[in-house]
Amino acid sequence: MSVESIENPARTGDSVIRTALTSYLLGLGDDALILAQRLGEWVTRAPQIEEDIALANIALDLLGQARTLLTYAGEVEGEGRDEDDLAYLRDERDFRNVQLVEIENGDFGVTMARQLTFAAYQFELYTGLLTSDDHTLAGLAAKAVKEVTYHRDHATQWVLRLGTGTAESHRRMQAGLDATWPYVEELFDNRDVADLLAALPGIAVDPATLRPAWSAYVGDVLDEATLVRPQPRWRSRGGRRGYHSENLGHLLPDLQNLHRSHPGATW
Amino acid sequence: MIATFAQSAVQTTDPTELTRLRAVAASVLDPEIPVLTLDDLGILRAVRIDDDGTVHVRLTPTYTGCPATAVIAADVQAALLAAGAERVEVRTVLSPAWTTDWISADGRRKLTEYGIDPPGQCSPPGSLPAGRAGLSGRRPVVLTLSARCPRCGSTRTREVSRFGSTPCKAHWTCQSCLEPFDSFKAI
Repeated sequence: MSVESIENPARTGDSVIRTALTSYLLGLGDDALILAQRLGEWVTRAPQIEEDIALANIALDLLGQARTLLTYAGEVEGEGRDEDDLAYLRDERDFRNVQLVEIENGDFGVTMARQLTFAAYQFELYTGLLTSDDHTLAGLAAKAVKEVTYHRDHATQWVLRLGTGTAESHRRMQAGLDATWPYVEELFDNRDVADLLAALPGIAVDPATLRPAWSAYVGDVLDEATLVRPQPRWRSRGGRRGYHSENLGHLLPDLQNLHRSHPGATW
Repeated sequence: MIATFAQSAVQTTDPTELTRLRAVAASVLDPEIPVLTLDDLGILRAVRIDDDGTVHVRLTPTYTGCPATAVIAADVQAALLAAGAERVEVRTVLSPAWTTDWISADGRRKLTEYGIDPPGQCSPPGSLPAGRAGLSGRRPVVLTLSARCPRCGSTRTREVSRFGSTPCKAHWTCQSCLEPFDSFKAI
């Protein structure tokens, strides 16, 4: 990653706010970074060349969002860490992403279920952040909400097509939803972020407030796609506190190996 | 923030020199679509000269992850140094977010000549030009007629994929002349 400065107002607020904001930014930035890495795994393996390009484009948008968020997190933290330090030199327990973004790609149905779920969540999240009192976050949200609109629409079209296609495409799309749904509630679970939300009124968005709009959108898509909303028997929890599934431990070496083996390497 | 910025530029700079250097930065070409200048794209936000002679440039990215952003920053720096600037500092500003509505009329003409269908009027976030975006009916949906083939001018065209060779373009094909073409997404 190249060095790129991103303008933000000087942030000299008290340490409670700084710590909370750093943690909040890491959560959003890690979500985008880890999903970008997962989607990148589809390159050269997607069912059509157009899908190869589409998934790579979506990954690139997410990587751009991650770079902005991690750069800003490093600035707010004030300990001299840049986006590369945060992306490449943290260990598994230091990542704050939800577990949904780290699950394996599975087949195209699983990936599209995860895309629909996450893009619809990010759409509501960035819409909420448009009015954040933090100018950098609001600026990023204004940019990112346009990108995410395309991601959400892309997943929507595939879920509709697969759900109402052949018996086999319907079966596999439903199986993708079933595999994904245990990770959905964690997106809206505010228990692990209650302290930082309390420290950031007007700046952060309480994820629980995003659920009704998310649910209405996703529910409409599933209904029209003749798919059933799964009723999972367990739920993931803890990503925002650094508790992850086994998947993240396998993903990070792919992401970090080059930088750790050749510190300071550039193209 | 932008207002303050413009104000200080007026206070501290020889206006002729500022105009000259702004024109140099504005005429740098986009590396991905090398017929468009930064002015055509509308991504050059501000140019200012410090008391110590440092030229400050503010750019806005088209997409947050657009790889061209870093190349453009380097190209602007090189162009200004070649034009006699002593020090150049290029920074990226995200807000207000760039929109394709800022592409100039001249830029749109150049895009068509280059073989890219220029973007239509931008629609509000949450709506998309076509398809199922407005499924839940909670947000306005702007309907786009068809993209116009930049080669033969036909509107008998079809969207192949909403994602194209770069983040800012979609992939279309013309059903009259059968040629594929890029269409600039309206965002």
